[in-house]
Amino acid sequence: MTSTLLYTVLSLSILGGLLAVILFFVAQKFKVQEDPRIDQVVEALPGANCGGCGFAGCRAFAEFYVNNPEATDYLCPVGGNEVMLRVAQMLGRDAREQAPKVAVLRCNGSCEILPRLNKYDGSPSCTVAADLYGGQTGCSYGCLGMGDCVKACQFDALVMDPDTCLPVVLEDKCTSCGACVKACPRNIIELRPKGPKNRRIYVTCANKDKGAVTRKVCSVGCIGCQLCMKACPFEAITITDNLAYIDPAKCRLCRKCAPVCPAGCIAEINFPPKKQETGNE
Amino acid sequence: MSKTFSIGGIHPDDCKFSRDCPIEDFPIPKRVYISMNQHLGMPAVPVVKKGDPVRVGQLIAEPAGFVSAPVHASVSGTVSDVTPYPDFLGKKVLTVVIDTDGDQWEEGIDRSPEIRHEITSSPEDVFKRISESGIVGLGGAAFPTHVKLTPPEGMKPEYLILNGAECEPYLTADYRLMLEHGQEILLGGELMRRTLGAGVNGIIGIEANKPRAIELMRELTSKSLQWKVVPLKKRYPQGGEKQLIDAVLGRRVASFALPVSTGAIVQNVSTAYAVYEAVQKNKPLISKVLTVSSSDSSIQKNYRFRVGTPIMDILSHAGAMEKDGGLSPQFAKVVNGGPMMGKPVSNLEGPVMKSTSGLLLFTEKETKRKEPGECIRCAKCFEACPMRLQPYLLYQLALAGRTEELEEHRVFDCIECGCCLYTCPAHLPLLDQIRLARNASLKNKRKK
Amino acid sequence: MDKLLVSPAPHLHSKENTRRIMRDVIIALMPSVLVSVYFAGLSALLVVVVSVAGCVLVEHLIVRYLMRKKTTVHDLSAVVTGLILAVNLPVSSPWWMVLIGCIAAIGIAKMTFGGLGHNLFNPALVGRVFLLISFPVQMTNWSVNNSIFSSETWNLPKILLGAQGQLPDAVSGATPLGIIKEGLANGLTMETLSQQYDFSYWQMLFGHIDGSLGEASALAVLVGFAYLLFRKVIKPLIPVSILFTVAVFSAILWLLDPSMNADPLFHLLTGGLLLGAVFMATDYTTSPMSPPGMLIYGVGIGVMTMIIRVWGVYPEGVSFAILFMNALTPLLNKIKPIPYKKEVSRG
Repeated sequence: MTSTLLYTVLSLSILGGLLAVILFFVAQKFKVQEDPRIDQVVEALPGANCGGCGFAGCRAFAEFYVNNPEATDYLCPVGGNEVMLRVAQMLGRDAREQAPKVAVLRCNGSCEILPRLNKYDGSPSCTVAADLYGGQTGCSYGCLGMGDCVKACQFDALVMDPDTCLPVVLEDKCTSCGACVKACPRNIIELRPKGPKNRRIYVTCANKDKGAVTRKVCSVGCIGCQLCMKACPFEAITITDNLAYIDPAKCRLCRKCAPVCPAGCIAEINFPPKKQETGNE
Repeated sequence: MSKTFSIGGIHPDDCKFSRDCPIEDFPIPKRVYISMNQHLGMPAVPVVKKGDPVRVGQLIAEPAGFVSAPVHASVSGTVSDVTPYPDFLGKKVLTVVIDTDGDQWEEGIDRSPEIRHEITSSPEDVFKRISESGIVGLGGAAFPTHVKLTPPEGMKPEYLILNGAECEPYLTADYRLMLEHGQEILLGGELMRRTLGAGVNGIIGIEANKPRAIELMRELTSKSLQWKVVPLKKRYPQGGEKQLIDAVLGRRVASFALPVSTGAIVQNVSTAYAVYEAVQKNKPLISKVLTVSSSDSSIQKNYRFRVGTPIMDILSHAGAMEKDGGLSPQFAKVVNGGPMMGKPVSNLEGPVMKSTSGLLLFTEKETKRKEPGECIRCAKCFEACPMRLQPYLLYQLALAGRTEELEEHRVFDCIECGCCLYTCPAHLPLLDQIRLARNASLKNKRKK
Repeated sequence: MDKLLVSPAPHLHSKENTRRIMRDVIIALMPSVLVSVYFAGLSALLVVVVSVAGCVLVEHLIVRYLMRKKTTVHDLSAVVTGLILAVNLPVSSPWWMVLIGCIAAIGIAKMTFGGLGHNLFNPALVGRVFLLISFPVQMTNWSVNNSIFSSETWNLPKILLGAQGQLPDAVSGATPLGIIKEGLANGLTMETLSQQYDFSYWQMLFGHIDGSLGEASALAVLVGFAYLLFRKVIKPLIPVSILFTVAVFSAILWLLDPSMNADPLFHLLTGGLLLGAVFMATDYTTSPMSPPGMLIYGVGIGVMTMIIRVWGVYPEGVSFAILFMNALTPLLNKIKPIPYKKEVSRG
């Protein structure tokens, strides 16, 4: 009995010791030299691995950022300026402050406005449906409503609104990582600067058809009438392919464009309710 | 002994209800919508403008490159618009709209029913006529025929296989064409055979569920040394190019290789008929035979239609539409093509194409997809896959977006036959995801 | 229909579905169940009923109240697990033990991994092995009533009280494999053993041998096997490779020393080998999907079974062998099918 115990303990100890020695040498042999700062930067990053910075995960970004001292224009969209500042300080360099962004939906074709003309019966995925056909509504540019963006968002910042059949961006949760932009086969999600006091103005349509064709299928679609372009005192609005676009860099949030839009497809977000007499500033 | 391909495949119910319905000429529609994108490759470029008068067979669009095909007017009348118009899938495609006015044909088109047997054109002329007449693969893929008859450098074709398999259930258009125009099909095949050079043998592959066609074709080829008929066991997807070569010749197309690398070129029997008409009768591709079929015995027809006829017109003529313009309430889905590979119709006002082989009507019970369950790893999709892929695995990889692994598992070899989705006992939408991954992978491979 | 349905191709679907497959397996198991009820009476029926009801109930409770999803019991997979567990248990199993087996099978082996299609190990076998290790005495108490006509065979209260082992005309015995294992270990030879105990192959085939419910009749299992093949639910490769391996392995040993080893037929017909090969090794989720994988899997089970039977502690090894190869299945599924080569093959 005692001898069995002894043998067991002895043989296992020897085995353990032997393996430890092997492990030690193997670890020595295959050691990878790495800048210790990379680990520090990874530590400072949020660790969401969302790919919003354009790299395959936080570590890849950290490696790039540490190894390229002239890279200042990069931003971790999740951590924002605060995190980038901390990282830059850690590495002893400057970080240029960048405007925080948020995802916006360039479609307002809810199920009431755009009735479903057929019933999609395939995989519940916008990408599959977009690959197959023009969609359940008459508009071949608008939201397909199957929520690929919602599935792509790892911050729960997008939810489907069952009443409108459109996704809704929850501003405080959106990190502007861009996963939804990539997931949308119709390309109707845009990352726009949050704007001062979170106020922003944008066109909620992506339809490039001629005005008459658009109006036939959707009452809230941009018809390219140019009224907003003419109303804008700052030349921030351009019309390409029968579709208006408001350049966020030029827009001064004067709110002159929204009232003139006949389709009502210019959205003003987070503004106080308009006063009756003058609507400026 | 009937032959068949070696791997995978399924046996869906035959459902060839319209096999005994002779081909009817569909009345000329009031208005046609001729799409510029009826073939694989670059869309054709219109050469007519709004207000131009056109005659039947007149060139209305020129090919935009080698892998492209011209388009001809299928009716006579006036061009009322050249504009993006939603096709049967609701996607906008540049379309020439023609308002019909009588039935005046271009000069030089032989419309007589007599068969012209003697072949006078040289192989070069035949090839030129094929490319000028806008002929595309009429089996469904719509690949321009003249491109297919030009094998890449260093590949010498030995066989021309005429595809009379028609393995898709319901469809009978090719079968009726073989019965009613067998001689013309053979002549068309012979013309194509000659363009391929000396020493090419012709084979007609027909599935065993069409004994009359086999018998007739055997009789017609009995005196020929170059042509023979190979009966094939009934099995889907026998009409797939790679599967047909395997079934007929026992040669297998290597992974990611062109089918012609085996020395065989496959053409559909309707394509052969179109070639006959183009060369011997000087008639471009403006009409084709399609099957309208459903489980309702009153709606089972074979029509010869003019390209660009609105789907609605055909369905209402066949009796599948209500008086108010809606589809009969018994049907829930219209399919353009066969039930296994055809595309769904979401816009009934959209037109039929050069390669449309059928308009099938299904009830909700027949076609509605069932709630997907969990994969139980039964490997039935793997057994059914004729390309020896692992659909269950590809599906999961595609859902996870793992591109590299998808390519490692040859997702680009998928032929989209639908066998995996057909067999899956858990009703998983396997092919939906695999198709996306395959197209992405093919794009990626071509870039390299 | 007011709106057109739109979906990608194909637009038709085979009539195959999961429920139908499970139903076929249930039908295939029926001969074994009926034979065991015929020979062992109500107590066998009780084991089956408790096992099936237990599995279905455990799955329903877990899915409904722990995972908070819609119940999945209608796919019948829990019924199949319950039946397979039942045919793996001795007739004299008390109902509470069967229930514990159900909890182990469904709760631990199936639902922990995510339910149908996600489990690594065959649930019924996990349940069985769990019981074998936890209750070795009850699990190897192969006592059966002698006669179907005995009144005791149908005495429900007594059976429910678990007093069955003490029934007057019950015969307690060991399985043929157990007898041989013990006998050989005690220095006896095959000849003396077969003189002492009458191992009738005829009886093994048609029924009434001591053992678990499903071991009662080899023929009943073969009938089920034929049905599964006819319905194309399983492919013959896995069962055939297992049986072939066991036959070859045991034949070699037998030819080397007939006095110390049982003959191949004996090995094939005893110890639930057929049951395991037909119903448990072929479980979709836990067996490989490609033919080469299936072959390695089948041969592996055959070899493991024989190693455990001949040299192991337990007289019976099929369950352990299958569970062992289950663990290797993910690895075997990595075997890629071979694509066609660049060269043109001519045939």
